Amino acid sequence: MKRFAKWRLISLFAILALVLSGCGRPYLSSLRPAGEVADIQYDLMKLSTWIMVGVIIVVLIIFTIVFFRFRRKDDRIPKQVEGSHTLEIIWTVIPILLLLILAVPTVAATFKLADVKEMDKKNSKALVINVRSHLYWWDFEYPNEKIVTSQDLVVPTNEKVYFNLKSLDVKHSFWIPAVGGKLDTNTDNINRFWLVFDDKRANEAGNLFYGKCAELCGPSHALMDFKVKAMSRADFDTWVKDMQAVKQPEKAQTDLAAQGQEIFNKSCIGCHAVTPEDKPEAARLAPNLTNFGERSRIAGILDHNKEELKNWIKNPETYKPGNEMTNKYPAMTDEQLDALAEYLMGLKVQD
Amino acid sequence: MSTIAQKKGFGAVLWDYLTTVDHKKIAHLYLIAGGLFFIMGGIEAVLIRIQLAVPNNDFVSAGAFNEIITMHGTTMIFLAAMPLLFAFMNAVMPLQIGARDVAFPFVNALGFWLFFFGGLFLNLSWFLGGAPDAGWTSYASLSLHSKGHGIDFYVLGLQIAGLGTLIGGINFLVTIINMRAPGMTYMRMPLFTWTTFVASAMILFAFPPLTVGLTLMMFDRLFGANFFDVTMGGNTIIWEHLFWVFGHPEVYILILPAFGIFSEIFSTFSRKRLFGYSSMVFATVLIGFLGFMVWAHHMFTTGLGPVANAIFAVATMAIGVPTGIKIFNWLFTMWGGSVKFTTPMYYAFAFIPSFVMGGVTGVMVATAAADYQYHDTYFVVAHFHYVIVGGVVLALLAGTHYWWPKMFGTMLNETLGKITFWLFFIGFHLTFFIQHFLGLWGMPRRVFTFLPGQGLDAGNLISSVGAAFMSAGVMILLINIVVTQVKNVKVGNDPWGDGRTLEWAIASPPPYYNFKQLPLVRGLDAYWLEKMEGKKGMTPAEPIGDIHMPNSSFIPFMITLGLFIAAFGAMYHVNDKPWAIPLLIFGLAVTFGSMLVRSFKDDHGYHIHKEELTQDEKGAKA
Repeated sequence: MKRFAKWRLISLFAILALVLSGCGRPYLSSLRPAGEVADIQYDLMKLSTWIMVGVIIVVLIIFTIVFFRFRRKDDRIPKQVEGSHTLEIIWTVIPILLLLILAVPTVAATFKLADVKEMDKKNSKALVINVRSHLYWWDFEYPNEKIVTSQDLVVPTNEKVYFNLKSLDVKHSFWIPAVGGKLDTNTDNINRFWLVFDDKRANEAGNLFYGKCAELCGPSHALMDFKVKAMSRADFDTWVKDMQAVKQPEKAQTDLAAQGQEIFNKSCIGCHAVTPEDKPEAARLAPNLTNFGERSRIAGILDHNKEELKNWIKNPETYKPGNEMTNKYPAMTDEQLDALAEYLMGLKVQD
Repeated sequence: MSTIAQKKGFGAVLWDYLTTVDHKKIAHLYLIAGGLFFIMGGIEAVLIRIQLAVPNNDFVSAGAFNEIITMHGTTMIFLAAMPLLFAFMNAVMPLQIGARDVAFPFVNALGFWLFFFGGLFLNLSWFLGGAPDAGWTSYASLSLHSKGHGIDFYVLGLQIAGLGTLIGGINFLVTIINMRAPGMTYMRMPLFTWTTFVASAMILFAFPPLTVGLTLMMFDRLFGANFFDVTMGGNTIIWEHLFWVFGHPEVYILILPAFGIFSEIFSTFSRKRLFGYSSMVFATVLIGFLGFMVWAHHMFTTGLGPVANAIFAVATMAIGVPTGIKIFNWLFTMWGGSVKFTTPMYYAFAFIPSFVMGGVTGVMVATAAADYQYHDTYFVVAHFHYVIVGGVVLALLAGTHYWWPKMFGTMLNETLGKITFWLFFIGFHLTFFIQHFLGLWGMPRRVFTFLPGQGLDAGNLISSVGAAFMSAGVMILLINIVVTQVKNVKVGNDPWGDGRTLEWAIASPPPYYNFKQLPLVRGLDAYWLEKMEGKKGMTPAEPIGDIHMPNSSFIPFMITLGLFIAAFGAMYHVNDKPWAIPLLIFGLAVTFGSMLVRSFKDDHGYHIHKEELTQDEKGAKA
């Protein structure tokens, strides 16, 4: 039976090595918290883990003793014990106490994370973002700033950012693991919560957090990623001003781009806007492309270059099965794709 | 089974099983059908792990992946875990309380056929245009958006199968209340019978909400209603509530009988009475009760608000207490005992650390504020597989080895059994332990692929390797079953030698009437008590007399067949097929016609006469 003990030991080391081998990527992992909400949740995780490790150790000690001491050695009939009131009281009361230790901070944190009173105040200065989820893309509206962007969420660091969440087709769930837990975007109602993006730790994560859809929403659920650009308040204000300055679609810079714009205006503009104006949400049928050239991914998943952009436009179905873009526009020749890519990549608001 | 099989031709055996109302044969049917569905669900699981072994894999398409995960979950819960538990409940519970059958043998057969045809209907979706693809939870907005007939198969198939489960549960309740042998008081019932009792009561209250939800969904999808259509004033959150008001108790409906199986095994192979029997019973009832108070912890991120989330968080944590009581009671059952490590005991012993892992992560996901991180990630996938595989599946495997001799009269090979155990146990931890971390590292659940460069590659590969081990374990078990049945070495009443409860007091497999004379029960572990006093068997509570038996009947099969046909009619009605509505009416006519026949035809059963019973005994001795 030494073999068994050895195996347990090896597995224990393997588990330990696994734990030490890393806590995931700083831009994606909930174990690398980068803001107040994620911190609160990480602290709760640690507290519950320590309590639970304690419980596991007690169980394992009894378990091991039983294994070695009470194996059948002879044909004796052991004493038939009915139970023990003392023991039973001990293992009823101690777990209750442990759970109380966990329950109090849980309840406190649950209320704290749901505190969105600031959103209801008149003349509140708080930044509010309306998140609207669609089959398989994200729409971000800044109602007070009166601008709209998509796929890349832009936020200031070191302040509470408030979110209104809703879905316009099926239920999704809005999740930025490194910054805080998720909240569903229901089709029925608006859900509200807040997040804080910590300046220093956003830097460590390259100022670009990964966001995910966490609720099964169809074939491309796995590909419904978005990115979060975190920047200082000053940079954020500049970005807002630059966005607000775009009243007309950006003029194409080159001849090729001008051709692209023509194609775009014929085939794409029915769904995709290139101005950040605040149209009603139901009218925003596809991602807003005002600052497309400054985004970090094509369609949330592909590398941000012309080649991938052309591939995407040629056949979005291969990249995001079940998306709403496929077959909504005529097939494009390679020349047309070149022109379109040139035009779209030139859509920038910050110079 | 095999003794009869040798005497009769295949057709006769088939007819026998199609018409049987004997709880032991129905148990065989549940075991075979549940086992087949378990293998199907397992193949689906392997496909999932192959697809996720490496990033950006295209082994299956995105749409097919969603069908596979949906069918994996639905199959494993409704068509594998529950029927397999029902197999043991049917095979063992009536014996444990000293009864000759369940209270309603006819209804028992009907319950099986409903489950079987419901499952068959659901799985035919693979060949008829695509399986359901909205997850086993089938949340309303996505399931209404889903094209094709997949969700219709889910909605109709589960209604039929759910009906079977519900009447099965009612049958067990009545059996335990009414049919206990003389002296078998409630507080002398074996723990497996107790957990069957509580789980059946939970079925009684949990399945109606599911049926309501499924019916509303059926009307939305097939008959133009708008219960869940937000644009028409419907509400999708209602579906979430209805589903989880059923869904959470369902978890306890599965785990409580598993607890019961392990309680029997711990006690038997430690040669000790169950430690703290009355607190075990109390904990079972308490878990059953609290199981209905916590459904909204599956909806912490739905946006119910902090008050609801806090209440449900604390209520959920409270379940940890009775569960902890059980763990310590099991440990102290072995403490001071004489523990023999047979294959069932391997499973039971390994269940403790495995299930404790699942239990503690259960408390972790109950902390609402932190659950916003865990919810819908691989952490949750790891958690519920630790509970369901580490609890329910280990119990099913343990129960298969433990009660195989009682069900079939043969003993599964111990060496092969232990090989199965090691492969399955190592594979299980390899597959699921790492998934806790995948979730925390930012991997949502139900994703058909993941992109490279997110730190998720190694963890997913480890998990997939584990799945291979588990599959190998199941294959060895199948080989074990075939080898054992081919060798067909018969065993006696109490093949483990340490049997404590009434099922070990009679032959393996028991005669079709179970007990020639109902036994007199003088305490907990009735058979053990007699053995300790040096007696060979139970003291009879009645003189030998005629035994009243029910007749076999083909009507349960026909009632169900009608519903099965009607479901196709209901489903194809949306495609404006001219034959759809007539088919629906025809199917329902078959069902209600069969019921009518059952109602008007007197069927009083038959009697086995005293003389035959005594002759049987002489024959057995000779």
